[in-house]
Amino acid sequence: MRRRRDRAAVLGLGVIAAAVLVAALAPVLAPTDPLKGDLLERLSPPAWAPGGALAHPLGTDTLGRDVLSRLIHGARVSLIVGFTTVLIAGVAGVVLGVLGGYYGGRLDEAVMRIGDIQLAFPVLLLGVALLAVLGASLGNLIFVLALSGWITYARIVRGETLSVKERGFVEAARALGAGDGHVIRRHVLPNVWTPLVVVATFSVARMIIAEASLSFLGLGVPPPAPSWGAMLDEGRNYITTGWWLALFPGLAILLVVLGINVVGDWLRDLLDPRLERGI
Amino acid sequence: MRRFLLRRLVHSIFVVWGVVTAVFFLVRLTGDPAVFLVDQTATREEIAHTRHLLGLDRPLSTQYLEFLAAVPRGDFGRSIRERRPALSVVLEHFWPATVELALVAAVLATVLAVPLGIVSATHKDHAADHLSRLASLFLQSMPSFWLGLLLILLFAVELQGALPAYGAGTWRHLVLPAITLAAAPLAQNARLVRASMLEVLHNDYVRTARAKGVPEGLVLYRHALRNAAIPFITLSGLSLGFMLSGAIVIETVFSWPGLGRLIVQAVPARDFPVIQAGVFVFALVFIAVNLTVDLLYAVVDPRIRLS
Repeated sequence: MRRRRDRAAVLGLGVIAAAVLVAALAPVLAPTDPLKGDLLERLSPPAWAPGGALAHPLGTDTLGRDVLSRLIHGARVSLIVGFTTVLIAGVAGVVLGVLGGYYGGRLDEAVMRIGDIQLAFPVLLLGVALLAVLGASLGNLIFVLALSGWITYARIVRGETLSVKERGFVEAARALGAGDGHVIRRHVLPNVWTPLVVVATFSVARMIIAEASLSFLGLGVPPPAPSWGAMLDEGRNYITTGWWLALFPGLAILLVVLGINVVGDWLRDLLDPRLERGI
Repeated sequence: MRRFLLRRLVHSIFVVWGVVTAVFFLVRLTGDPAVFLVDQTATREEIAHTRHLLGLDRPLSTQYLEFLAAVPRGDFGRSIRERRPALSVVLEHFWPATVELALVAAVLATVLAVPLGIVSATHKDHAADHLSRLASLFLQSMPSFWLGLLLILLFAVELQGALPAYGAGTWRHLVLPAITLAAAPLAQNARLVRASMLEVLHNDYVRTARAKGVPEGLVLYRHALRNAAIPFITLSGLSLGFMLSGAIVIETVFSWPGLGRLIVQAVPARDFPVIQAGVFVFALVFIAVNLTVDLLYAVVDPRIRLS
């Protein structure tokens, strides 16, 4: 059992590493310019399908752009958004959660109440409304998704901080003259990071899907820049004439998210068996 | 119990206030709806006149206070696009379309998840378990709207309209959107039922029940499932909220005439009253679901005291 999970995790890590590599080397790997189309070759099917050509292994879209090249470049958007949002939301959530849990008082009260209000907002609704205000761009997309994510980290960290700060070793450290900064750095943070790593891993997967959803609604990175969600949005309108347009970007998302989720499962078992029942 | 309800009520009112306030200021940052209402040749005066008619030329604080006073009466103003009360427009889309879709999906996700999770737990590490867990992993890892596109591709295109790809009206229109919406929560529920059953099945009372000859089916359903239900109820509550959120994209994929799609369309049209009323309804439902979940705990597990 354990060994099978380990093997799956290695596979998952391999998929993630491959995706990162593809994103980093996109200009080298992509066979053609992802933005340049040839209208004479529009809606050409994948190479193995009748009417397909080897020049475009995964076919072309409605403007005659190479689907494979767009997929390769689209990996950049998905991975950048997935990792940076989790990083930003994580740092903000940890800081607010630790401060709130450690000092309590008004700050704590305010942070938790804002969190309550935010949780009554479906994430996508917040995204749709905010992006309509801010305009669609990569930076705004990251901002909106990070804004929707911080509360999870803040809650976890706050809860752990509350329980850690009552423990004997914290009291001992304080009795020896340790300041708040020292206690937080040396005693609180090391005790909260395990659940955080697990939640953050799954969150990268969720953020990649959220990015795709917002792009699908036309609120992501503006065209013609390639993003997997936006490619699916374009593919939706040509589902009867170009099935490949709706198929491949989704497969790419599935593969990357699957890899991340498998690694997340493995991390959860490894770091904190208590979390097994969690969500 | 009474104090619990009272406290929750006060808290709910606070959350609703926060949500409507946030939306009020948010939508006013999106731009000027008056520009959209007049045609392109309109003069500056005509635009100013339209702004005046909509009451958008008054100080923001006045607009906000009037807005707050009107919300308890359910008065969100008139829809700018449809020129009738925004709340009625919203409620027409919410009921029956969105409720129907979310409920059918929730029932699907629950009814299928329980047997799947139980079979997985009782056949741990056998083929059925592996299959069900693999399927769950896949369903959780794909964007739901993509699953929707694949279903459209299969049923509406390849099978030449075995099931309709968009629209509403008959039960056949409901099948594809409901399956799409149910998929991810179903996977999550099945995993959770499996995990809680595995935990419960180790307990002494299960062994005792088996030892005294209680039939296995009864052991599973009466002794084990009931005790495994608590985390499941929490998650079901959460997934109903998740479904309302998911409905925003799924309704767009299937052109389902629900609240999610209405809001997605109202944002670029800057139909402030509709956005405000729509988000208000979303928030109310979310809060009601959470409260119901808390109350259900006490029903399922009498040891839990609400305080």
